[in-house]
Amino acid sequence: MSEQLTTVDGRPLKAALASAERTKRIRAVLLVMPLFIFIFFSFLYPIALMLYRSVENPLIAQHMPETVAVLENWDGKDIPGEEAFAALAKDLVAARETREIGKVATRLNFETPGLRSVITGSARSAGKWEPPYKEKFLDRRKEWGELATWATIKRLSPTITSVNYLAAVDRQFNVDGEVVMVGEDYRIYVDLFMRTMWMSVVVTVSCLILGFPIAYMLASLPLRHSNLLMILVLLPFWTSLLVRTTSWIVLLQTQGVLNDLMVWVGIIDNAQRIQLIFNAQGTVIAMTQILLPFMVLPLYSVMKTIPPSYLRAAESLGAHRFLAFWRIYVPNTLPGVGAGCLLVFILAIGYYITPALVGGQDGQMISNMIAFHMQKSLNWGLAAALGGILLVGVIMLYWLYNKLVGIDRLKLG
Amino acid sequence: MSQISLPDHAGPIETVWHYLYIFICCLVFLFLIAPILVIIPLSFNSEPYFTFTKEMLSLKPEAFSLRWYQDFMNKDIWQASIGNSFFIAFCSTILATTLGTIAALGLSRSEMPMKGLFMGLLISPMIVPLVITAAGIFFFYATVNDYVPLTGTYLGVILAHTVLGTPFVVITVTATLSGFDHSLTRAGAMLGADPTTVFFKIIMPLILPGVISGALFAFVTSFDEVVVVLFVASVEQQTIPRQMWAGIRESISPTILAVATILICISIVLLATVELLRRRSERLRGMSPG
Amino acid sequence: MINKLKLTTFVAAGAIALGAMAAVPANAADSLTVVSWGGAYTKSQVEAYHKPFTKKTGVEILSENYSGGLAEIKAQVEAGSVKWDIVDVELSDAVRGCDEGLLEPIDASILPPAPDGTPATKDFIDGAITDCAVASIVWSTIYAYDKSKFSGDMPKTIGDFFDLKKFPGKRGMRKTPKANLEMALAADGVPTSEIYDVLATDAGVDRAFAKLDTIKDSVVWWEAGAQPPQLLADGEVLMTTAYNGRIFNAIAAEKKSFDIVWDAQVFDTDLFVVVKGAPNKKTAMDFIAFATDTQRLADQAKWISYGPARKSSAPLIGKHAEAGIPMGPHMPTAPENFKTAIQNDFEFWADRQDELNNRFNSWLAN
Repeated sequence: MSEQLTTVDGRPLKAALASAERTKRIRAVLLVMPLFIFIFFSFLYPIALMLYRSVENPLIAQHMPETVAVLENWDGKDIPGEEAFAALAKDLVAARETREIGKVATRLNFETPGLRSVITGSARSAGKWEPPYKEKFLDRRKEWGELATWATIKRLSPTITSVNYLAAVDRQFNVDGEVVMVGEDYRIYVDLFMRTMWMSVVVTVSCLILGFPIAYMLASLPLRHSNLLMILVLLPFWTSLLVRTTSWIVLLQTQGVLNDLMVWVGIIDNAQRIQLIFNAQGTVIAMTQILLPFMVLPLYSVMKTIPPSYLRAAESLGAHRFLAFWRIYVPNTLPGVGAGCLLVFILAIGYYITPALVGGQDGQMISNMIAFHMQKSLNWGLAAALGGILLVGVIMLYWLYNKLVGIDRLKLG
Repeated sequence: MSQISLPDHAGPIETVWHYLYIFICCLVFLFLIAPILVIIPLSFNSEPYFTFTKEMLSLKPEAFSLRWYQDFMNKDIWQASIGNSFFIAFCSTILATTLGTIAALGLSRSEMPMKGLFMGLLISPMIVPLVITAAGIFFFYATVNDYVPLTGTYLGVILAHTVLGTPFVVITVTATLSGFDHSLTRAGAMLGADPTTVFFKIIMPLILPGVISGALFAFVTSFDEVVVVLFVASVEQQTIPRQMWAGIRESISPTILAVATILICISIVLLATVELLRRRSERLRGMSPG
Repeated sequence: MINKLKLTTFVAAGAIALGAMAAVPANAADSLTVVSWGGAYTKSQVEAYHKPFTKKTGVEILSENYSGGLAEIKAQVEAGSVKWDIVDVELSDAVRGCDEGLLEPIDASILPPAPDGTPATKDFIDGAITDCAVASIVWSTIYAYDKSKFSGDMPKTIGDFFDLKKFPGKRGMRKTPKANLEMALAADGVPTSEIYDVLATDAGVDRAFAKLDTIKDSVVWWEAGAQPPQLLADGEVLMTTAYNGRIFNAIAAEKKSFDIVWDAQVFDTDLFVVVKGAPNKKTAMDFIAFATDTQRLADQAKWISYGPARKSSAPLIGKHAEAGIPMGPHMPTAPENFKTAIQNDFEFWADRQDELNNRFNSWLAN
């Protein structure tokens, strides 16, 4: 006969413990909830919304309903008949009245350049026309006699579309509905993604090469001295990004400090000042300096934990100083190397401000294109698609970081 | 006990290598710090250029002036942007610190379920490229504006900066709590203190250094932020970085250098504060200083 | 010590925050937000339009800068929180913004007639009044150089800009295909009247890019109107395309030895538009009617060398308000400068800009 353990008030101890456990868990979750809800609504949901923007396409279906309905049964082999033109006339006139015609025209124009004026011009005239319409449309703009025009409208009819993602990888539908590369002179995004990756790799490797020796020095000097040197790492870390970017302009421009110095020393002639900034190499230099502290700090914190006795032991066992360093010390720093590299790489591929200010013609990165489509060309769908692709890349790296380093081991300062 | 110093039995190759290594390190430190320091003297240039004039190099007093500082002090737009920067950074820091500290208290409890997932999500604003965050927030504000006006308002910018600032608070406070002895709270509770008293009398003093340094990070993040401001703010919320951004792109005047110098001084003060806090925190937690 | 630190930080920050709140300008009905391009151009508008308007009506004008495009307007309108009342835009943006419903229609009958009674619709130059916009100035993209950097021959034609052998040195150009493609074709021998016919064909676009290719490695790209005079002054470039008013301003106000080459200038209008749902729509319309009258337009020409959009303003153009230089010969529309002028074709650009921007960006990167 086993007697159940109970608490003072007679409840089974197991249940009491479980309920206490549950209360504690609920309390912990409740503490986290306010921030989680905040982050959910002002960060996670907005990003989901942005991703939705990259596939949603309500304009054509909404403002050209008649045409869309008629084109549903269109086989795409010949120019559609009078029925389609009549529907088109009705839609265009209605859209012009509600002043939505420009949005429709712009959306179609992103897909097939030149359609904007075809749509707005025809809409202006269509109000005055009587049936039959086909002739009049064809007279007004020859584009109405081209399959591509109708194919574009039909393709953009669905309210969910993949055209933005296709455009983001330099692809489009041809007249027959097949996915093809855009013309060679118009390809840009694939190269840009590649270049963004490449520049990020270069920045990461440069940071590692420059960061490793000084992290080692910081870790092995006595604290008194290393704290002083640490300030040299932390000061840039705490200084405004715009200040640091400005400094690089001051230093590297053709009339800048570095060129002045080289002319003064006599390395180059006054007439042959070197273009050091407003190109990819200037961007890489500036970004390396800006991101270097993000490499040094994790390296330092790992190196700090490696006992110096390891090296001494290896040396006393007869290993050459360099060999001991390479075989014993370096492998021990790998967690720091991984953390630093991933952190720098993740930050670098999303960089916007520095390339925008010092990138010039070939130092632009994908973020600059996202901003361009957000702010200048107003092709928000494409901007969202480019952002979506970049985001997937970053999330994969983030996952990798968490796997290798553990996100809760992230340290600052 | 430094490994840097040369052992007595070092051969010539090692000696050369040793000095080469020190030389390389000096170059890297120079690379880190020189760009920041070089603009300080230039901000006292009396000419409207970004280059050192001959007169400056020969240290003639007339080559130096405070005209760009005066320019900075006299222009309304700069004055307004200082006010805006402090106001936005202050408000978002308060919000971020409050939310972040409470969440960190929950996250550091051993009973917290799915800790890794929550931690990952809560600090994701730090990892996601700013341009994407800014774009997402921009679209989001556009859709909710009918209910709460957020685009081009102070509230909008402050909320966005709060999002960017919370990860820093979460990280620093969780780090402080990792060395936290939970028996102290139990002791407090056993002695009859209610949870609020325990929090303010026991937990708060111990995690305060972490909270303050997280708050400083959040403050600097907001104070230095320009991408979100570019996307969601209107000219009413012009901040210092936004103004510098416009200045660098449009007309490069040494006024920007004067502003930059002031910002460097601010960051030196902040850096010193964080360093002091870190030492205090480690002393409190009984670790060796440094 | 920490407590003390905390206290002082918070007190200081709080004081600053309160100060900031007090300093936020009230956007009440007695103020108007006018957005323009900044620098010397905004200054000319402030002197010629804003100050007299404030004096007459007591309405305070908040002047803000932007760097062109419709993004901010679109964002404000779609977000339903419009902050701007009046924006100074380029023609292609005025047309596109009107089509997309981002701008308020402007009733041309509110515009005052010329002093001799000619109705406004006749007094403005062609294309200066559209459904949603009223032009104030004619400006042009030209190229300029610093005379002090040349000893022998000075550049005279658009061909010289693209001739690296004759004039070796860096070139400055705006980082956009607009105006650059036109100038490239003109330099390649296309008569200025046929530029857009050629550019409408794929071969024409190829030809323009091929011409740009010849100087690509020597080009420094600029984005804001205030940059080119700076580039010339700093000696960063030997010649640069620029907005003519900015170069004139550097000559007149800063005594620079710059000179403008008018060959194949690409001219365009800048127009006032009212943002859809502007907070002070009525006052905004009043401002536009006030600012685009004959005298006001002529007054602006005292401050910057952009041609007034009204024909009746031309005889009233006097001397530069500070430098005392007669302004007439510096106008894009002066007969001497106008011979080979290219009128910017907004319809062409509205249709093709996305495509050509892509091509331009792709070309830049490779």
